[in-house]
Amino acid sequence: MNKHNYESVIVFTPVLSEEQLKDAIKKYRQLITEHGGEIVHELNKGMTKLAYPIQKKSSGFYVIFEFSAPTDLIKTIEIQFKRDERIMRFLTIALDKHAMVYNQRKRNGEFNKAKPATQAPATENKKTKVEEDII
Amino acid sequence: MSKPHQNNAFMFNAKADTVIKKKYCRFKKSGIKYIDYKDGDFLMKFLNEQGKMLPRRITGTSLKFQRKISQAVKRARHLSILPYVADGLK
Repeated sequence: MNKHNYESVIVFTPVLSEEQLKDAIKKYRQLITEHGGEIVHELNKGMTKLAYPIQKKSSGFYVIFEFSAPTDLIKTIEIQFKRDERIMRFLTIALDKHAMVYNQRKRNGEFNKAKPATQAPATENKKTKVEEDII
Repeated sequence: MSKPHQNNAFMFNAKADTVIKKKYCRFKKSGIKYIDYKDGDFLMKFLNEQGKMLPRRITGTSLKFQRKISQAVKRARHLSILPYVADGLK
């Protein structure tokens, strides 16, 4: 069976408690792995404000799954998404090679320009400490 | 016959005096190959106040990437990252 790379974004209702959300995420993680899929990356963005109300709710939990899976899995997983009342919106897309590179770089934090800036002063501080030790 | 021709040349020069900055495709220039539909703040650059997409003649984006932006905006709207309709978005 041909395997492809996919990305699913799921918007859960804000009514869920933290544990219920964890259970829901666990369910789909298992569903993917049991059907011959492999999870590359999983991200829980947490409670986020929506741009427009869905089911009279103004916020939702965004969860992103990045996985490689046989093509059959998408059909079964999307049916599960539709039947789940906890899910307000979902979107599954196939990733091309550019998207894969982009996601990889994003995970490594290459797009966060704030990160190296914060790291640089820290190293400077270390240097000064070492210098002080020498002195 | 020569007089109108000269006149035209003069007109052309007058236009050239007002410097028009040439638009460019920011994706081609900076080598971006993939547009993330999850990044709402970035996509906001290509929308007007009403949440409609800006035309290429204003942003200067090449056709190839305008299509990709359009795809990304539509995905973002579905996931409620961007609004379908808005008033005073910026």
